[in-house]
Amino acid sequence: MDWAETLILLSPQLILVVWALLVLGLDLLVTKAKDSLAYLALAGLAPALGAAVYLLLQRTGQSLLSGMVQVDAYSLYFTVIACLASGLVILASMEYMKARTRYRGEFYGLLLLATLAMTLMAASTNLIMIYLSIEFMSLTSYVLVGYFRDDPKSSEGGLKYFLFGAVTSSLMLYGMSLMYGATGTTDLAEIATNLAAMHATMPPMRWLILPAILFMLAGFSFKMALVPFHQWSPDAYEGAPTPVATLLSVGPKAMGFSILLRVLITAVPLFQFDWVAILMGISLVTMTLGNLTAMRQTNIKRMLAYSSIAQAGYVLVGLVSLVPSSIGIQGVLLYLMAYLFTNAGAFIAVIAFSHVTNSDEIADYAGLVRRAPALAAVMVVFFMSLAGLPPTAGFVGKLLVFGAAVQAGYYYLAIVGVVNSVISVVYYFNVVRQMFFLPPTVEGRLSLPRFPMAAVIICVVLVLLIGLYPQPLIDLVSQSVTLLAVIP
Amino acid sequence: MSVEQVVFLVLAVAAVGSAVGVVISRNIFYSALLLVACLFIVAGFYVLLEAPFLAAVQVLIYVGAIAVLIIFAIMLTERMMSKTVRGWNEQWWIALIVTVCLVAVMLYVVVTANWQVSDAATPSDAIVALGQTLLSTYVLPFEVASVILLMALIGAIIIAREEEPVGVVGEQKEEER
Repeated sequence: MDWAETLILLSPQLILVVWALLVLGLDLLVTKAKDSLAYLALAGLAPALGAAVYLLLQRTGQSLLSGMVQVDAYSLYFTVIACLASGLVILASMEYMKARTRYRGEFYGLLLLATLAMTLMAASTNLIMIYLSIEFMSLTSYVLVGYFRDDPKSSEGGLKYFLFGAVTSSLMLYGMSLMYGATGTTDLAEIATNLAAMHATMPPMRWLILPAILFMLAGFSFKMALVPFHQWSPDAYEGAPTPVATLLSVGPKAMGFSILLRVLITAVPLFQFDWVAILMGISLVTMTLGNLTAMRQTNIKRMLAYSSIAQAGYVLVGLVSLVPSSIGIQGVLLYLMAYLFTNAGAFIAVIAFSHVTNSDEIADYAGLVRRAPALAAVMVVFFMSLAGLPPTAGFVGKLLVFGAAVQAGYYYLAIVGVVNSVISVVYYFNVVRQMFFLPPTVEGRLSLPRFPMAAVIICVVLVLLIGLYPQPLIDLVSQSVTLLAVIP
Repeated sequence: MSVEQVVFLVLAVAAVGSAVGVVISRNIFYSALLLVACLFIVAGFYVLLEAPFLAAVQVLIYVGAIAVLIIFAIMLTERMMSKTVRGWNEQWWIALIVTVCLVAVMLYVVVTANWQVSDAATPSDAIVALGQTLLSTYVLPFEVASVILLMALIGAIIIAREEEPVGVVGEQKEEER
């Protein structure tokens, strides 16, 4: 393949890296109007998103640069998620960051680099690239979480996130080295062929491959905040600047699933029986623990943190139901897109509220319907979608993943999932009860920030659109998973 | 026992000994020095395995850069130099159980596994080949690593920047200029 084609296929990543450097460079020159850098960062995301969508519609499927990355409908779908997530986060950060820090140029530069890291995570098909891109994402996240240095909670969140990340990434690296030792390659597709060849000639290698998979799972689970690698997330979400928490809850989590799927399905399909069993257990524990802990929270950011742990558990239900049809994997992809708009929307609504009130306590949402009726109304939509009620995007996502579980014969998994969704209604609608049925403690209408509200409106429109007319997105995801063609 | 095996055994005992020393030493400065020793011995393993480049890199990066950084960090942190710290807390027995299980599993894995062994002789110009591979097959990881380093530099500066008033006060100051 000639270099021009390679550059075109990697154009989303190239645009992002160039634009991030541009924003960081201009940050030195622009001393007064730092907020123009936010517009500039947004203006850089648009062509990256456009390039990804263009390539997605072209139905490209190419392995590039000695198999380090693969640009196909699957990776491009996740590239689109990454760009959308970071665009919404930039919109949400404008007024919020302006009131809270002087270092905004670097913030937007780092956000673009985080987006680059996410797009690389989505495309990686080699253990070396997977490790590098995960580390890239993690390092950027540590800095972003601890961005308010003078706020002890922000520093604490950043430090906890860092310590957890350091341990899990060394575990992951150890697993990767075991995998390399067993197969002699770091390329995912080659790992699969070598394993198949060895399986035919040598005694079973279960005791080498399974620990390798488990160790790698530790690293991936950390990014997705799956139980038992979830403890960092409530503290990091609570301490982090809320726009960063928004990004962490939708971006790296989705990319973690993209890597998990790619590694498990491309590299170790032979051990499907084992990893499906492991992930099923993780899914059950993650859903239940996330939901039960979310109920006891009084801080809305911590509640959303535990709720997004639970949401990852639902996504896993789709992942393990990958036979007999690809509905489960399609459900995973669709769920992640629906979850992006839902959870980002909920978080950005929280940003808009806390920007004017400086509070994240659920009790302070009392009587919000009288102080900011529009905000209260859209929050209801987001909570409905998070709980999986029609006619929202969350309903379509849950329908697909639980439907796939039933189709695969995992009835108990579907039942536990539905029961958990019902439990989740309790704490989501506790906030709704506060907003609608309790008298406000402080009177007076809130003057909400403009840009976060714009992002919230984009999210609510898309949540309802996907909920009412999901067909185009279903077509897109079914096309995106066909390239992951190992599914029987 | 061949000479190689004897050397390996000596190195292994020294490596494990110094690593244990890092963990149980009550003085954090001794821990840092023992860590330097441990990393240096690992470089010895690389020499033994006929990977001179890796050995050189290990000494340069870990012993040269990272260890010095750790020692500087300890020296520059107030009251850290002479402080003795407790190396364990009340959760030590949970950690012990987890560690013993992990070691047992890993020993079993390492002993029973069919490792992939290459029969090819060590190339004489390994460093040249390594450089070429780094800029051909592994060019993308190579470039991505440089972006990561840039990002880490910027991030470190942001975390370590001078304390300045944030929030509304900082905003007003900026507008006054």
